[in-house]
Amino acid sequence: MSNPASTTHTPGVLPTGTEVLIEAVGLRKTFGDFVAVDGIDVQVHRGEAFGFLGPNGAGKSSTMRMIGCVSPVSGGSLRILGMDPALDGARIRARLGVVPQQDSLDGELTVRDNLYVYGRYFGIPRAECRRMATELLEFANLTDRADSLVDPLSGGMKRRLTIARALINSPEILLLDEPTTGLDPQARHVLWDRLFRLKRSGVTLVLTTHYMDEAEQLCDRLVVMDKGRIAAEGSPRSLIEQWSTREVLELRFDEDDLSPHARRVEGIGERVEVLPDRLLLYVDDGEAAGRAVHERGVRPLSSLVRRSTLEDVFLRLTGRSLVD
Amino acid sequence: MSLAAVVVERNVVTYRRQWIAFLTGFLEPVFYLFSLGLGLGALIGDITLPGGQVVSYPQYVAPAMLAMAAMNGAVFDATYNMFFKLKHAHTFDAMLATPIGPRDIALGEMAWSLVRSGIYVTGFLLISLAMGLVRSWWALLAVPAATLIGFVFSGLGMAATSWVRNYVDFDYIQMALVPLTLLSATFFPIEAYPAQVRWLVELSPLYHGVVIERGLMLGDVGPGLLVHAAVLVVVGSIALWVARRRLAHLLLK
Amino acid sequence: MDPTLVAVRERPRPPLRVLEYFLVLLRRTFRGTIFTGFLSPLLYLVALGYGLGSLVDRGQGLDGVPYVQFIAPGILVATAMQIGVFDASYPVLGAIRWDRQYHAMLATPVGVRDVVTGHIAGITLRSLLSAVVFLVVAYALRAVPSWTGVLSLVAVLLVTVAYATPMFAIAARAQTDVSFTLVFRLGVIPMFLFSGTFFPVSQLPTAIQPIAYVIPLWHGSSLARDATLGTLSWGMDLLHVGYLLLWCVLGGWLATRTLRRRMVV
Repeated sequence: MSNPASTTHTPGVLPTGTEVLIEAVGLRKTFGDFVAVDGIDVQVHRGEAFGFLGPNGAGKSSTMRMIGCVSPVSGGSLRILGMDPALDGARIRARLGVVPQQDSLDGELTVRDNLYVYGRYFGIPRAECRRMATELLEFANLTDRADSLVDPLSGGMKRRLTIARALINSPEILLLDEPTTGLDPQARHVLWDRLFRLKRSGVTLVLTTHYMDEAEQLCDRLVVMDKGRIAAEGSPRSLIEQWSTREVLELRFDEDDLSPHARRVEGIGERVEVLPDRLLLYVDDGEAAGRAVHERGVRPLSSLVRRSTLEDVFLRLTGRSLVD
Repeated sequence: MSLAAVVVERNVVTYRRQWIAFLTGFLEPVFYLFSLGLGLGALIGDITLPGGQVVSYPQYVAPAMLAMAAMNGAVFDATYNMFFKLKHAHTFDAMLATPIGPRDIALGEMAWSLVRSGIYVTGFLLISLAMGLVRSWWALLAVPAATLIGFVFSGLGMAATSWVRNYVDFDYIQMALVPLTLLSATFFPIEAYPAQVRWLVELSPLYHGVVIERGLMLGDVGPGLLVHAAVLVVVGSIALWVARRRLAHLLLK
Repeated sequence: MDPTLVAVRERPRPPLRVLEYFLVLLRRTFRGTIFTGFLSPLLYLVALGYGLGSLVDRGQGLDGVPYVQFIAPGILVATAMQIGVFDASYPVLGAIRWDRQYHAMLATPVGVRDVVTGHIAGITLRSLLSAVVFLVVAYALRAVPSWTGVLSLVAVLLVTVAYATPMFAIAARAQTDVSFTLVFRLGVIPMFLFSGTFFPVSQLPTAIQPIAYVIPLWHGSSLARDATLGTLSWGMDLLHVGYLLLWCVLGGWLATRTLRRRMVV
């Protein structure tokens, strides 16, 4: 896994001039009357980590399945590696690695055989499959479980195996659909570490997530999706700068109706969001805002100053939370 | 026993949604009766029973199919369904969190499979009657006798299932059922075997069940049937005892 | 990860890659195969062929053919049917819904048609393997009197595919395995019992005999019986082959179409 093409992790800067690997224009996916993806425009460049951020049902997985050439495009155009999925599906898939949302590991095979058999689907010679399997087991930190069946593995191990399996054909693009959903925090960090390593080695990562921390950690650039459309696009930092303030003051109350409090703190910051259990004040200086709130005689149960996150961007763009 | 009844009730509730499997399970022995009994029977002609009585081949086979229905009904519940509840649905774990104990579970599961096989057997008996394959009033005892067969195989099935690790292991259970079905004097008399291997057939619980049912439905009744019944009671009791101990071991560790 | 690998990635053909998976799997589940594919049919042959046969041969018999020789080809192809139906039921639904192997395959250059072809080929290979062992033993037991009996493997192949492909289509449509119970109990078992396995269809009431002639298993057992008894005749047996081929082609088309509708959405 040695590729000289290393990307500079400079958020906010579009890697212009580099090769476009995936290009969607007005891309649509419909199931009967239901519109899952409603005309999106996306460009993914070689070597970057690109994310689709959005809540469940935003159309991320449908988009990923179209990019993975397993779901026909309903409208618009999609080109991957310069080819049309409708005509060259198999040739495109030969150069992709896919980590599906739901594990599709074979419970009846051992860890090693899962890698071996998958490599054979690509027509990779047997000896090469065996060599790659050994190498990837090392990468996924699963060498000591090589001959165990898949079923007894933990969720984190299964995900690492799925990622290792997706790398058996040395893909140019790795598609990851909700890679860490359902994993505990420690397993997520191990997985993120592996993905960083891949990115450094030059693999282009395309991932979907509904975790804003994951998007901030992994993505150079992302689009925020909601109801099948793209609500905003940019690097995590530029999105926050554009759609939110520097800091957020969170005020918690032990009451059912927070709207009276919201009216009293109005004007302190740029904006006030009313959530079921707290108020969010979008401000540049959280400390100062806290003092201002106190001066107006508002007494919250607790208050907290934090930096803006993509969660706030999403709230601003859609009026809803990412995870509920 | 009242808590065991709750275990039965649970099965009745779930079975309401599985009535297709329930209904079609009944048809299997009927198909066998029509195929081997009637279709092939025409080529075979009459059979002379050990007591000298001469019966038609369908009359000879029908009691064996009834015993087989009792066995299959009981075994299916005691093996596949039992394993699923034990390993996947964790039905029993949920039950054990309540006042229900392993003994109630073993008894309740067994009672349920007896109810189920009892329904199959009664239906089969009525069809045999309509086809003129029942020759004696003793046949009224065929259903209780089938319950005894069900009891034995339910116990054996549960005990065996307690050692099953995965679905592949069911091959072993299947491996036991096919020879039982074919070799227990079901389709042809024990006299067809060489004298030296007949004791092997007598090891099969189904054989004793078939002899009892055949005696009752064809009216060839003697005190010998009680010996066969005693064998079934002993085997069934041992199996139930093992099943209960194994269940307790598996569930209360 | 060497980019020059791309050049050698065209071999083997995609359906063979899928077949290879099923061969790896077969190695792991060989024990079950031995029983369902070989021991169980052998038990039927011995128990019914000799035990029940002693009653049949004592009566008017079957036109001078010993009963064990009559049922040997019947059991041979009935086993092929069972393997075809069973292996194309739970494993197919499992590969779609539970273990999701098909999803994994289709994320690679392998396509829907390759998946169907490879899986059916795997089932057929397993069926043929069992059949060969059964035939050798049956020949040794003199249940297969003629050397032409080796041609009964053609019947085994055709019957396996003729049953596996429509079952594949059913499984590829199914949401749960409830319908499988129905197929086994109302389809497979009656066909096993009434389509010429244990007694000639001429024993059935005249009114329902035509039903048997529609059933692929009857054509399979007739073909296999002509082969093992050495009574092959061009006209009739080519008709059997043609009819079974029809099922294979239609079934294969239906299986591919159904799987495509299920997976490519």
